[in-house]
Amino acid sequence: MSKFSTLIFISGLSFLLIVITAQLPIAHPPMLIGQYIIDHAVQDTGVTNIVTSVVLAYRGLDTLGELAILFTAASGVGLLLSNKLNTKLQPSTKTVRLSNSNFIIEHALNLLFPLLLVVGFYVIFHGHLTPGGGFQGGVIIASAFFLNILAKPYKSSDSEIESTHNNLTIIESLSGVTFIAIGLYALISGHDFLEPFLSHGQLGSLWSAGTLPFLYIAVGLKVGAELSSLLITLYDIDSEELTD
Amino acid sequence: MTHFANYLTTYLTTEIILYTGAIGLLVIGLLGLLVLKNIFRLLLSLVIFESGANLFLVLSGFRANGIAPILTSTQENMSQLVMNDPVPQALVLTAIVIGVGIQALALSLIIKIYQRYRTLDMNEIHRKLEQDIAGISQSTPLASQEQPLYLYQKNSLVQNNEGEK
Amino acid sequence: MDISALIALIIVFIMLSSALCVLFLPNMIAAVMASSVISLSLTIIFALLKAPDVAMTEAAIGAGLGSLILAIGLKRLNYFNIESHQSNVSGTDPGQ
Repeated sequence: MSKFSTLIFISGLSFLLIVITAQLPIAHPPMLIGQYIIDHAVQDTGVTNIVTSVVLAYRGLDTLGELAILFTAASGVGLLLSNKLNTKLQPSTKTVRLSNSNFIIEHALNLLFPLLLVVGFYVIFHGHLTPGGGFQGGVIIASAFFLNILAKPYKSSDSEIESTHNNLTIIESLSGVTFIAIGLYALISGHDFLEPFLSHGQLGSLWSAGTLPFLYIAVGLKVGAELSSLLITLYDIDSEELTD
Repeated sequence: MTHFANYLTTYLTTEIILYTGAIGLLVIGLLGLLVLKNIFRLLLSLVIFESGANLFLVLSGFRANGIAPILTSTQENMSQLVMNDPVPQALVLTAIVIGVGIQALALSLIIKIYQRYRTLDMNEIHRKLEQDIAGISQSTPLASQEQPLYLYQKNSLVQNNEGEK
Repeated sequence: MDISALIALIIVFIMLSSALCVLFLPNMIAAVMASSVISLSLTIIFALLKAPDVAMTEAAIGAGLGSLILAIGLKRLNYFNIESHQSNVSGTDPGQ
């Protein structure tokens, strides 16, 4: 009976969606804000990638809220899955790590790791010129560091993981503070919060678009640090699970 | 046959096909959320649902013959360029990042549930949870609509017998 | 029907069939792989829709990091088996 009602609900919902979609102006959207931004973004902010100007300049507060949501999710994962309490109660239960990975993976990783870092930082630094930016580059950097842990599991002991966590926390807090400080400096010097304020420079060069590259670097470091700490926490196997 | 082919070429444009894909993802994701019982698969269907919503949003900013909202050379008049709407693209860009954070949070909740109850079946978890609550509050579990009443009476009888022993 | 509509038709077909695979395949690793296929086809669709930023984000986050997170979750939920009819607890969980 419940499956039957589910089927009715699903078919009704799909009919509703199809009817709504048929009334949309397909391929001719009402460009009210969009046309204004396309017309004025280059003069206002000096970027060539207009999506970046929306993310960081026109809707910069949105990005700050988004970073807050990501931070909440990462700290929630840390709260749920951290085994700091367990290790404090029963120390040195976790000396046995996973088995060694093989030779080929390890050396391929040594080759791949600097390349991944270069790609990640390239994507972050050119966020205002080409597709890409802090979010994508941060994720690439996080996956580079996490591949390191995946390929060499036996080298990471408890103390190393703890020091890595501390470093990540420092990077994350510093980049978050940088983001807000740039916004507050704009507020103090007479602009709106998070409004880009340095000179625009030559259109299309790396040093252009005012403060937007710095904001994107802060976003990239914050996203990278948050996601790598999240991945490390998820990957870290409890002593409880090892006994099973 | 040629009439049918003409019909297809006029009405089956790229946007119509992609809107069909977005609606299909939304419906399949919701179907999974409603029908399935394994909570890990519920997470997977949530991911599908979210992908469908993202595709719908990006499609809503698509213009016919539009180019990507990126300046490739310093043109003279910007207003003659037909660019896609950058606002939904920026929205979806942040939505994808938030989505992966929420995915990780849900996964850690699922891992916690699995560590506690050793199962991922939703009915099983519900039953064990009710037993836990009843064990803490020293009362018999309330009857729910999903299970007939006599089963609950049998369960409570068994529990009472155990309590007497 | 131009070439982009043909590509869109093929990609949407792959995407919807792998979405059904996610819901109903008995093996969990295959289900996670199918969700990764959905993200990859979404990447191609976003590139077709002239949204390169979103396409990069989906490729890096949806197809890369999201599948990695789900795979780690499979490992911690004891679902990490290649065999088709397996379960994480003895006999009670049919996998769906």
